[in-house]
Amino acid sequence: MTGARPSHFSPELAERARELVALYPEPRSALIPLCHLAQEQDGYLTAEAMEEVAALVGVTPAEVLGTASFYDMLHTEPVGRYVVAICTNIACMLGGALELLEHAEAHLQVGVGGTTADGLFTLEEAECLADCDRTPCVQVNHRFVGAQTPESFERLVAELRAGGRVEEIPPHGTLVRVRRTIGLAADPAAVAAERAAEAEARAAREAASGDGGGR
Amino acid sequence: MAITDAPKIVTSRLGHPDSHTLERYLATGGYEGLRKALTMTPEAVAAEVDAASLLGRGGAGFPAGRKWAMLRKDPVTYLVVNGDESEPATFKDHLLVERDPHQLVEGVVIAAYALQVSQVFIFIRGEFALGLERVQGALNDAYAHGAVGADIFGSGFSVDVVVHPGAGAYICGEETALLESLEGKRGFPRIKPPFFPAAIGLYGQPTVVNNVETMSNLPWIVRNGGAAFAALGEGRSTGTRLFALAGHVNKPGVYELEMAKTTFRDLIYAPVLGGGVRHGRELKAFIPGGVSAPWFGPDQVDLPLGQDEVGAAGSMLGSGSVVVMDDHTCPVRASWRITKFFSRESCGQCTPCREGSGWLERIMERIETGSGREEDLDLLLDACDNIAPGLTWPPQQTTICVLGPSIPSSIGSAIKMFRDEFLVHVKDGGCPYA
Ligand SMILES: Cc1cc2nc3c(=O)[nH]c(=O)nc-3n(C[C@H](O)[C@H](O)[C@H](O)COP(=O)(O)O)c2cc1C
Ligand code: SF4
Ligand code: FES
Repeated sequence: MTGARPSHFSPELAERARELVALYPEPRSALIPLCHLAQEQDGYLTAEAMEEVAALVGVTPAEVLGTASFYDMLHTEPVGRYVVAICTNIACMLGGALELLEHAEAHLQVGVGGTTADGLFTLEEAECLADCDRTPCVQVNHRFVGAQTPESFERLVAELRAGGRVEEIPPHGTLVRVRRTIGLAADPAAVAAERAAEAEARAAREAASGDGGGR
Repeated sequence: MAITDAPKIVTSRLGHPDSHTLERYLATGGYEGLRKALTMTPEAVAAEVDAASLLGRGGAGFPAGRKWAMLRKDPVTYLVVNGDESEPATFKDHLLVERDPHQLVEGVVIAAYALQVSQVFIFIRGEFALGLERVQGALNDAYAHGAVGADIFGSGFSVDVVVHPGAGAYICGEETALLESLEGKRGFPRIKPPFFPAAIGLYGQPTVVNNVETMSNLPWIVRNGGAAFAALGEGRSTGTRLFALAGHVNKPGVYELEMAKTTFRDLIYAPVLGGGVRHGRELKAFIPGGVSAPWFGPDQVDLPLGQDEVGAAGSMLGSGSVVVMDDHTCPVRASWRITKFFSRESCGQCTPCREGSGWLERIMERIETGSGREEDLDLLLDACDNIAPGLTWPPQQTTICVLGPSIPSSIGSAIKMFRDEFLVHVKDGGCPYA
């Protein structure tokens, strides 16, 4: 059964999703980029989004979950509006990152992996973020905010709480401003139609082979 | 040894605030290498890269020209660029993707032409949100400029370039894990043989995987000739290389230096480079090539920054990262943190790596936090020996990829160099530096 299902993605996102799938020789290659996009819309990877991604790339929702759960950046549970990642790997540790992390936990009143009661901040202890000359390195929603001291960290949190820096720090995810605007090798609509036809044929084959589920 | 006045090959534009724009790129010789390459045969372009004897900058240091030659016997199907950069304290590709994305794009198109590839993927770690924007932006502009896409500069050569984001997993820097990830799967490294990318790569097709910095050298090499590149450096270490200097120095940062001409002493102490150990302290130890590399002590600072020289001294230049630790650094804490990293990032396919990293981390933690025993040192070395038998350098491989056998490096070094300090932790029931 295809076609009738209403999209979980906004129309704009659905268009971008079609573009992404069309970039690759195999649709499954778009799985991770699509997860990033879905996360930007919903804040995290919802079950509905994983179903939608699965349908777009021709795998089961369980395969999307199984893949996504491997990756630190993909969240299958809700996270705060701002994901604050403090690197404590070697260079940052030498630069005082463990002390900063401790301070951040106390200041935000959450442990590592936790989200503040107001749903604004999720605190993460990150591995090296490749910005090791500005230590301790901190990212908010994967935007580098430069080396932080305990004092500057408190100011940063206050600024974000007050709704500042929205331009600089868009929602959690990384593809929001990454868009291919030119030279698409394949027409997204044509590729989407082709994939839909393939999915339909597959469904028909499965239905014809009897119980439909057993392999 | 000295700091030479070798040209800046990959960092020449970084002084300009708009170094990432097409305008700045074109005003500073941008895309001239590509124009020149397109007037040559693909074989002639590959021959220049071979003559340059450009060593891969991703960590293993394999000559790019040789990698390409192995492939050109087969028709290569894909070129994949490795911009995963997750080796701790390595931060050079970050600079190149954010600050000079056109140079990367130009290098990529030159390589695609030499290899006669029509589809390229640039894999960039997902945490580089701005880097992803900059490279995609550069590609959009390069398409409009006619430097990427169909019939490039009217030459008849066409190539499509796709930017692909990672999603947070160190192991995806390993080239076969990267290909799995690019196929939309978990980043599990593939067994070599048979899964050498050159033979069975992306979608099962022959594939070249090269690092971002490796690619970024190509415009200069084509413009100036492979011989000019090979004239820089010493022995097998030709050209310049980016060194990412981190830790307890006054001026951490990325420095482009002529290979094998400069020493670790110059890098750490020269006023125009690292500017010396922070707070006027003494050097205790340094890691010469990423956290997978065995550590060096102060008596090794006069080694040149050359691949073979560092290899002969028992470590590696690896990813080009140098981490400096001053005399206030706890070596137990430092190697514990490195071990914790490996334990977190092990993909879990191989028992020695998955289980071994966890054990080692727990033993290190108990020593650092004061409940360790003297026997723990032997236990550590024994567990290390199970992961990399004989604790030789380079390590013996017991696992699918080299992440596993890299785990013992830091612990082995710390125990060898600072056994006394481990014993102090045990005797005093805690960290003397805490
Ligand atoms: C655990 C592990 C992590 C790696 N991480 C990276 C990386 O982040 N970037 C990179 O270019 N190469 C990395 N490599 C090396 C790649 O497997 C591969 O050798 C390299 O991308 C080839 O490019 P080059 O020949 O231009 O150096 C890693 C290897 C291993 C085993
Ligand atoms: S050595 Fe470790 S990281 Fe590499 S494949 Fe095996 S378990 Fe995975
Ligand atoms: S060690 Fe923290 S950013 Fe590299």
